[in-house]
Order: sequence, then C-alpha cells, then structure tokens
Amino acid sequence: MSAEKQPAPLNSGRALVRAGVIGVILLCIAGGFLYLGGWFSPNALTPARFVDAFERAGGVFAGFRRNHAKGVGVSGYFESNGQGARLSKAVVFRPGRVPVIGRFSFGGGDPHVADAPNMVRGLGVLFRLPDGEEWRTAMVNLPVFPFQTPQDFYDNLVASQPDPKTGKPDPEKMAAFGASHPATVRALGIIQSHAPSSGFDNTAFNSLNAFRFIDAAGGSIPVRWSLAPVEAFARVTAAAQTDKNYMFDTLIASIRQHPLQWHLIVTIGKPEDPTNDATVAWPDGREQVDVGTLTLDHIESEETSSARDINFDPLVLPSGMAPSDDPLLSARSAIYSQSFTRRAGETKTPSAISAAEVGK
Amino acid sequence: MVSQQSQFTVLMRFLHWLMAAMVLTMLGIGVAMVASLGDYHLLVSIHRPLGIAILILVVIRYVNRQFSTLPPFPVTMSPRERTIAHLSEILMYALLFVLPLIGWGMLSAARFPIVLYGSLHLPPILPHSVMLYAFLRKTHTVLAYLLFLAFIAHFGAILFHTLVVRDRVFSRMAPWRVDAR
Repeated sequence: MSAEKQPAPLNSGRALVRAGVIGVILLCIAGGFLYLGGWFSPNALTPARFVDAFERAGGVFAGFRRNHAKGVGVSGYFESNGQGARLSKAVVFRPGRVPVIGRFSFGGGDPHVADAPNMVRGLGVLFRLPDGEEWRTAMVNLPVFPFQTPQDFYDNLVASQPDPKTGKPDPEKMAAFGASHPATVRALGIIQSHAPSSGFDNTAFNSLNAFRFIDAAGGSIPVRWSLAPVEAFARVTAAAQTDKNYMFDTLIASIRQHPLQWHLIVTIGKPEDPTNDATVAWPDGREQVDVGTLTLDHIESEETSSARDINFDPLVLPSGMAPSDDPLLSARSAIYSQSFTRRAGETKTPSAISAAEVGK
Repeated sequence: MVSQQSQFTVLMRFLHWLMAAMVLTMLGIGVAMVASLGDYHLLVSIHRPLGIAILILVVIRYVNRQFSTLPPFPVTMSPRERTIAHLSEILMYALLFVLPLIGWGMLSAARFPIVLYGSLHLPPILPHSVMLYAFLRKTHTVLAYLLFLAFIAHFGAILFHTLVVRDRVFSRMAPWRVDAR
C-alpha cells in the first residue's frame, strides 16, 4: 500500500490568503444566519417587540398574561349536533361530546383591574378531540376587531401608551392614529353601536378572524364562528359597583346555579366576503349553522385551573380547519407564544379571582 | 491486495448530506421564526415535523455507523486533531439527538399539541409544567446556537484542510465517488 500522495505545502503567504478566504466564507454564513434572525433589522416588528409594547401599555405583572391578564378558569363539554360535519371534516363536528377547558378574561395587562362592562371580554376554549387532536380558539365580545394588520395594532399600542406626566394616553397621538387609520375608526363605530351585555353569562363571543373549513372531499369554505349565549341579553344596569370583581363573582354564582350554555354558530362567507380583514363584518344574511352547544358547568381559580398554563393559540386547529389569509392569525400565534414563554418562567402569584373568591 | 476503504459508505454519505441540508434549513427556520409575525405559523409548521425527521434520521445514522467500517483519518491529521474531530462528531450527534427531543419535551410541558401533519401528532413525553417549559425553551435556544457554532467549526475545519493543508479529508465524505490514489 503506497503512502498518500500529498501536494507540496503552500508558501505561508498563499496559505494566509486562503485562510482569510475561509474566514470570510464563515463570516458570511454567520451573517446570513443572524440576518434571518432579524439582527440587522432592528425596526422590524417581531413578537418580542410586540409584547414589549403590551408591557409598556399595560405594565408587567410577573406570571400573568401580557394581555387578557385578569381571568378565571372554566371547564365543561361541547356537544356537537352533527350539523357541522358537512362543513368540516374536523372530528369535533361529528355528533357527540368532547371535553373543554376555557378561560373568561378581561382585555388589558393588569390582572387586578376592577371589573367594568365596557372592557373587552375574552373567552378562550380548548376542545379535546377523541383522537388526541385539539382545537383552541380565543374569542372576544367585540363584533369586529379594531385593527387590520399587526402593524396597526402595534402602532395603536404605542400611541395609547400612558403619558408619564398625566398617566393617560396622549390625546394628540390617539387622534393622529385615528386620522391615519380609517378602518380602525369604522370598526370602532361598529363596536360602539353594540351595547355590551350585563355579564359574562349572556355575552356573545366572536372568532373575529376568518378561518377555512375543509370538508371530507377537500372542499374549502371561508367561515367565522361565534358563541351565542342561551342566557337572555340584559343591558348593563346603571347602578354603581363597589366590588372590583363583581362581574366575575356574578359569573361564579350563575355557573354554580346551573351550567351556562352557548350555541356555536358557524357563519359561512361568500367568495366576495373579505377573509383578510377582521375590521369588517360580513353582510347580514350569510348562512349560519348551529353546530352544537358549549356547556360550562365548572369554574375555578387560575391557581388550580390548568387554563392559566394553556396558550389559547388560535392556530391550534384540528384537521378540517385551516387559517385564512388574515395576517393577524399568524401574528396572534407568534405573540401569544411570546407572552406564554415570558410568563411561563416567572413566579406565579394568586389571581384576583382567587381560590377563596371562587369558593365563596 | 485489497486497497483500504477511503470513503464512508454510500448510505453514510447520503445520510450525511441529507441531514446537512435538513439541519441547515432547520437552523435557518428556527432563528427566523422566533423573529417573525407573518411567517411564524408556516415556519413552525415546518419546524416541528422537520425536527422529528432529524431525530429519526440521527438514530438510523448512529446505528448504521456502529455497523460500518469508517475510513481512516488522513496522515496529515495529528493525534490532537483526530481527538478534536472525534469529540466534535460526538457533540454534533448528541445535539442532533437532544435538540428535537427537547423541542418535543418543551411542547409537552407547555401542553401544546405536537402536530406533524394534518391529524398526525405525537403524544406528550413530559407532564404539564410551565416552569419546565420555560427551562427547556431556553435550553433549546442555547443548544441550537451551540449546534450552529459546531457547524461553523466543522465546515471551517473542512475548508482549512481542503484549501490550505490540501489533504483528502473531504474526499472521505464527498457526495461523489473518489477512488483511492
């Protein structure tokens, strides 16, 4: 066996040049990697910067969600009536019952904020499908969402940051935002024309974003969904409230009395209905299908409920459901994850709706 | 006289280059998705199944390696260099195995579904614990950066041997057939 043939060694000058070339190649690769990670675009909107804006606008409360911080855990089940099976092949729409975990909340970053009927109400629901799949949806009581894009939402968060002098948002900045965002102004008009209901139990919750349902044949339709309460609508009473948890207390008392129910209504969009703009309501008269009933019969504090440690990511969808082209959806998924990751490692303190409060 | 094998087997080379492409894609997707809003969902949807595919392939590759004869290091490599090369191989095998497992474990601890495609999903391998999630999430990032650095060192060493030392280290793993001289 002959020894390996070895080319003559390079002289030191040429070796140095070649080593330099190698260095440049490696730097380019590392630079490309950092570029992908956004290191060279410090002004681009990222999940981290978005959550920073939430923290500046609403404060940082360790262990709590950066938005919809005040809440309570619930559980129960969803009973499908089978009517949704022709719209989507998702297992959840076959006739039968699936267990759910949920969370009622108020929008905003302060977990100890005083209950008020005009604040945004949220309901996150996790459906546990029998085959191990999950469907998660995070809904609010607004009829439409005030922002078309993540950037609009972010710019509004920045414009509505409290002024350090007054402790309130700067009205000039808010006015400037409105002037440059007519879609938001239109959406706020729709939102203000909808009077909120008296409590959580008679609140309708909406998906806001459009999604797509995929049927067994592979056909796809645009949809939005909402939870329509079985409890009758009642207006907010004018009486002044002294208890800062009064709306949650009422919810606890009412769920204790009897299970609370909502009909899951799927609205089917027509091809001309926008799926990428959550600020616009679809026209009246679109086909609506009642696909089943959500029953919530158990309520507990976040201290014991697993809902606290669940990310109600709206893009946890079972087979048979898919995101639409709404740019908010992927951004919500990214930002919820960022908020979840930040609070996950923080020490948890009792929620305003404490175990004692729920046990009263 | 039978000449000594100068290259890794065809299967070993195929797995090496397939995984090289997958791991580089994975590192790029990983660093991009955490900074992304609009593409986040798409990137995560690729990241999860690609990570599991890498986990499966690295196990196959490791087992296959135990049953294969490896070509010798070239004589140009000093014993110290050989030790470093060997340790870096162990490090990369360990990271390629551990990183997807941590990803799987951290999603389990977050009680987040580990969807691969459609209704195909993996079971959780750890209990629901957000503190555990937070720890694993950080570990995932740190080890991913370490893997990137290991790749840079590996690639840099190969370039150095090929362009400066001008030995035949690269030909051992070259995707094409190289006959022993």
